[in-house]
Order: sequence, then C-alpha cells, then structure tokens
Amino acid sequence: MTRKQKRLAIIGGGVGFLTAAVLLVMFAFSQAVAYFYVPGDLAKADLAPGTRIRLGGLVEAGSVKRGDGKTVTFSVTDTLATVPVTYSGILPDLFREGQGVVAEGSFAAGRSVFVADTVLAKHDETYMPKDVADRLKAQGVTLGGKENIQ
Amino acid sequence: MIIELGHYALVLALATALIQSVLPLLGVRRGDRALVELAGSAAIVSFLLVAFSFAVLTFAYVTSDFSVRNVWENSHSLKPLVYKISGVWGNHEGSMLLWLLILVFFSALVAGFGRNLPETLKANVLAVQAWIAAAFTLFILLTSNPFARLVPAPGEGRDLNPVLQDIGLAIHPPLLYLGYVGFSVCFSFAIAALIEGRIDAAWARWVRPWALTAWTFLTAGIAMGSYWAYYELGWGGWWFWDPVENASFMPWLAGTALLHSALVMEKREALKIWTVLLAILTFSLSLLGTFLVRSGVLTSVHAFATDPTRGVFILVILIVFIGGALSLFAFRASHLKSGGLFAPISREGALVLNNLILTTATATVLTGTLYPLVLEALTGDKISVGAPFFNMTFGLLMLPLLFAVPFGPLLAWKRGDLLAAAQRLFAAVGAGLLFAAAVYYARNGGPVLAVLGIGLGVYLIVGSITDVALRSGLGKAAGRVALRRFLGLPRSAYGTALAHIGLGVTLIGIVAVTAYETETVLEMKPGMLVDAGGYSIRFDGMRQGRGPNYTEDTGHFTVSRGGVKVTEIWSSKRLYSARRMPTTEAGIRTFGLSQLYVSLGDEITGGGIVVRIWWKPLILCIWGGALVMMAGGIVSLSDRRLRVGAPSRARTARLAAGAAE
Repeated sequence: MTRKQKRLAIIGGGVGFLTAAVLLVMFAFSQAVAYFYVPGDLAKADLAPGTRIRLGGLVEAGSVKRGDGKTVTFSVTDTLATVPVTYSGILPDLFREGQGVVAEGSFAAGRSVFVADTVLAKHDETYMPKDVADRLKAQGVTLGGKENIQ
Repeated sequence: MIIELGHYALVLALATALIQSVLPLLGVRRGDRALVELAGSAAIVSFLLVAFSFAVLTFAYVTSDFSVRNVWENSHSLKPLVYKISGVWGNHEGSMLLWLLILVFFSALVAGFGRNLPETLKANVLAVQAWIAAAFTLFILLTSNPFARLVPAPGEGRDLNPVLQDIGLAIHPPLLYLGYVGFSVCFSFAIAALIEGRIDAAWARWVRPWALTAWTFLTAGIAMGSYWAYYELGWGGWWFWDPVENASFMPWLAGTALLHSALVMEKREALKIWTVLLAILTFSLSLLGTFLVRSGVLTSVHAFATDPTRGVFILVILIVFIGGALSLFAFRASHLKSGGLFAPISREGALVLNNLILTTATATVLTGTLYPLVLEALTGDKISVGAPFFNMTFGLLMLPLLFAVPFGPLLAWKRGDLLAAAQRLFAAVGAGLLFAAAVYYARNGGPVLAVLGIGLGVYLIVGSITDVALRSGLGKAAGRVALRRFLGLPRSAYGTALAHIGLGVTLIGIVAVTAYETETVLEMKPGMLVDAGGYSIRFDGMRQGRGPNYTEDTGHFTVSRGGVKVTEIWSSKRLYSARRMPTTEAGIRTFGLSQLYVSLGDEITGGGIVVRIWWKPLILCIWGGALVMMAGGIVSLSDRRLRVGAPSRARTARLAAGAAE
C-alpha cells in the first residue's frame, strides 16, 4: 500500500465507525429514554400504551395497599391529578405516604393503572426528588419541610 | 485554635501554589536555575501544608469538635472511630480537601521521583500542577471552607448519612481520587510539552508510569464503588449507569485509551499529537466528573441555578482549564513533528482501533450523561437516560474491541500478519466455543447471546495467555527453556496479559449475572422455605438488636442443600437514631464465585415479611476481573524500563537550550 492508501484506510475506517456510533446513539435516544411526567401532565401528553416514562409526585396519604404480599398499590398525586400505581417488589427504605416518589414503568393499554417496575425514593429522608419538586412548584403546590440539595 | 491553624495552612498552600505556578516558568524562560529548582521544593511544601490542613480537619472529626460546622453536619459522638475518620471525606467540603490533598500529593511525587526528568520539563509540569492546585484551593477557601465555625457550638452532631457509614465507602473516595486526580500529572505533562513545543518517545516513557498508576487506582476505585453499591444499597445491582458512576467511568475509558496510545508513541514515535490530546481529554473528563458530582447540577439544573456559587466556580475552572488546554493544543499541535507511518494491519493499527473504539465509547457515555442536562436546560423536558440506552450504544460499540483484544499483542509493529495472528488464536477461539457449548449443554439451552458472551470471555482469557505462551516458546522449546524464557519476559508483557485476562473475567461475570441470575420476591412467615440457586432457604424469624448509633430488626435464614444445613444468613433493616433514617443491610453469602443475596422489605401484619432473594451466579468475577486488571497495572508498573527512564543528554545542556529558545 502507498502512504496515501494507508492513511485513507485508517481515516475511512475511523469515519465509518464514528458514523455508526452516531447513528446508534440517535437510535437509542429515540428508543431507550424515559420522559418524566407528573400526574397533572398526563392528560395533555399523548402517550402510546407501553411507552416507558417516569412518573413523579407524592405518595397519596392512605393510598398504600398491599395485595398478596409482594404486590403493592398506591397513588401518586401532584394534587391536580392522581394516578394509581401497582408495583411488585420491595419498596425503597424511604418510601412513605406523603413523601416524594418517582416510579418508572408504563401504562398498560387502557391507560388507567400505571405499572411500575422501579420505584425510587432517594437516600435522604428530607429528599424530595428535585424533578418532582420543580414540577410541583411549577403547578403552584407549596411543599412543607426543608429541602435538601444533596 | 488548631482549627484556625488548619485554615491558615490552606491559605499558605494557596500562596505556595501561586509561587509554584509562575516562578518556575519564568526560570525556564530566563535560564535561571534557582527559579527552576524552586518548583520541586514548592511542590513539597505545598503538599505538607495541605496535609497539615487535612490532618487538622481529621483531628476535629476524631475529637467530635462540633464547633466546626462541617463536623457538626456530618458527624456524631457515638459514631465508630473509622466512620469519624471517613466522615472527613463523606461530605462536599471534606471531599474537595481530599481532592486537593491528592493533587498536591502527586505534584510532590513528581518532584520526588522525577529525578531523571529534564529539569525544564519537570519545572513546567510542576507549574501546571500548581495552576490546578491554586484553582481548587481558591475554590475551597471561597466556596467550601471546611473550617467554618459555629457559635455557640452544638452539643451533638447530625451524624453522617448512614449509607455512607460503611467500610467500602470509607476507602472508595480516596482510591477513586487517586485515580482521577492522578491523571492530572498526564495533563500537566501534556501542557508542559505543548509549552516547550517539543515532544518525543521519552515523553511517552515518562508519562506512562503516571498514567498506569492513576489507571490502576481508578480501576480499584470504580470496582470498590460498584461493590459498595451492590451490597450496601440492598438493590442487588452492581452498576446503574448513574451519572455519578459515569463521571468516574469516562476518565477510566479515556485513560485506558491513553495507556495504549502512549505505548505506540513510546515504541514507534507515532500518534504523538493524538496522545497529547488524549492526556488533556482524560483529565478534562476528571474535571467534568468533579463538576457533575460537586455542583449539584445532576439532581436538577434548577437546583444548580438557585445555588450557583459552587457550580459556577467549578464550571469556570472547567472552562479555563479545558478551554485553555485545547486552545494551546490547537495553537501548538501543528508544531509537533508527527511520527512514523504504519500499515493498517499492525500493532500500531490494532492500538489505533483500540483508541478509536474506546474514545467513541467514551463519547457515547458522555452524550448519555450530558444529554438530559442539556435538554432540560434548553427545553425544560426531563428525561432519564438509563441502562437501556447505554447497553444499546456502549455495549454494542465495545463488542468489536473485545474480539480484537487478543489480536493486538500478536501483531508485529509496523506491518502485521492478520492471518498468522488468527492461526495462533485457534486455541483461544476453540476454547471459547467449547466452553460456550459446555455452558449451553449444562444449562439445557438458555439464551444463545449469553452463552456466546461467556465464550467470548473465555476466548479473551485464553487469547491473552496465548501471547505470553508463544513468546516463551511453550510447546516448541523444552520445558526448562520455555520456563526460563517465560521468566525472562519483560514485566510489561505479563501486565498486558493480566489486564486483558481481567477484562475477560469481568465480562464472564457480567454476562453470567445478567443472563442467569434469579430473583424471587415473596412474603415469608417463620418456617417457610424457598429455593434459589439450588439452595433451600428457610426463614426462621425476626430479632431486634442495637448498634452504637442505630437499632435494627434482623431476619434469620437457614440455608440448606439436599436437606443438609450449609450456612445461615442474617439480613437486617437498620434505623439510625440521629437522622431517623432507615437502611437495608443485605444478607450475602458467597458460594465459590456466586452469591446468595437476601434483602428485607416491609413487615406485614400477621408476622410475615416481604423478602427479596437473588441468586447471583459468578458475580464475584465482575470485581475479581477488576482485581486482575489492577494486578496487571501493578506488574506493568514494576517493569524495569519505566523505572530506568530514557537516556538523556546532560541536563544543563537542556536548560541552556530551553533558555535560548
């Protein structure tokens, strides 16, 4: 191979690989990310059944019910709207009624009950997921208690 | 009083850093020997001052001096001593001080061990280190002072976040920082080379040990952090693609690329400009990680905007250093002579492929980490980019690299023979396929991808051994000759083989856990039995207990196999009194390389409790592989070539030449 060909081979290979990577990333962004919603947004959002989203809000007081041991149902609210959620598994240590929560999952066809496969309530007891706090504030809900940034 | 001395020492450290950042550069320009030599002593003084400051803060923690705000916020008099000490870096201010301590520690190491460096280069390197040190000292003093006092002093502290009260997290941050702050030395070498406008194979030889050291620590830090998350959070996961994890993983990926490209530069004088750029990028990613973790921008762009002092300060540091370095690079890179050419199929070509894939993979991780932040800042939409995204992009992109790894060492420099290399790898490919078939048979089928993944891991391991075996003439030469040849191989050859074997081991662990783990969530009452991983687990009941600063409910489980009791597992939920915060202490038992993992959920009326039981096959391979990689780093670091350094002309001649420029 001449000098020029060698260089071309290396540059060509590199550009090809990079192009593949960019396409892959773009495809993954269209497929594999979850948007964040609070219950009040859902009416406006036009979600196809089965779309993965993150649902954030407060766990409605008195809504937590245990089914056959591992299945739990509760409601997530932002005071404007309330969404019933079912989850099979162990709830995080800091999951409590009246506290902030983020559930990841999707609506089954028919769109009334949110089926979560992950429930997050972060490490700190004063922690309100910031996503939730921002959205709630934007909707005019004032939050009691101090907020913790970390 | 002692607290104020600690604070004062930090101010003095700033002054020293400022001196160190200017005078040596001046000395090099003017050929003033005294100024050039000042760099080394300033670096050591700087280290002593910061070390004293750090010791003072540690002292305040150990003696529970709650008149110091930082101690009050993060400590408690009843906390065990080891967590009082680890509490020093279990918070923002203290961890920044640790960051700084490690930075000046590395400067002092360069000053101490860099005897075979040309003096001008050493002075320039130390000056660049001092720029970074000055910026971060200023950051600590202005925005994150750990020595601020509280008047009147409270009687009791607020305790450290309980999930941080763990031995894993006590040693995780120092290891991690030794890794990603260690790359500052490579950065400084790159900048120094750009300032001098001259760069050669010797430069790569000087940089490689630092890159190796940092890489080894970073590997340890990441593995430690992953293991901590696995056993302490009680979720049974070992990697979450969380932005905080990505922040340490990106410098690791770039650093791995740097190690390989520096090799090409050292041996063949090629890829010079690229290596310098990588050195800059690697530490830039470390700085970016520091920004992401320390500015609060991750929890929310809004949180960042409402309390911007710290974030903006680090952002400015980030922009100045990365922007400055890249501008200098753009300005100077064309002056650097580029090195030898090589055929696409050659050792160099293989290392270029390694670099291409690693940097692209780094870029995808970076995109996935930053995209949500950018999107939220621009449109207000909030998204979460998690495992599905990274598996799809990072996972797929890394795949060709895993196939290519064993080929690299088997190809010759300049012009390699792919066919010959492939022939030598027959044994490795065969072993991989055989193993995959065995797994497929043993598991009665199972996911084909998982089986192939495990086969790929075996191929990586055998392929890495192949190189060492062939070089020692195993099978061709007589046993004794082969052994002597094997022992005579340079340590870096073992290092390479070990690091690549480690990669294979980790891969096997990841694939096995992902494909074959079983998870059972159920409500258990005392006396109930459940099966996992071929073991039978009986729940015996709950028991209450108390530790120094918590109370706990512990579930007791008996593990048996074929009716014979094997072991017991205790799994508990703790409530830490000072913060009224519950944590889960998972019960974990190791069987060979696999683990049973039991974590408790809520108690249910009627004496039952929700229990989550995982069987994690071969999970220890994940971290075991990281240990093997580290061993590779350490063995490679002990190579004679790196200690001896490249031959150089008389130093004074260089100094004079530097001044004349």
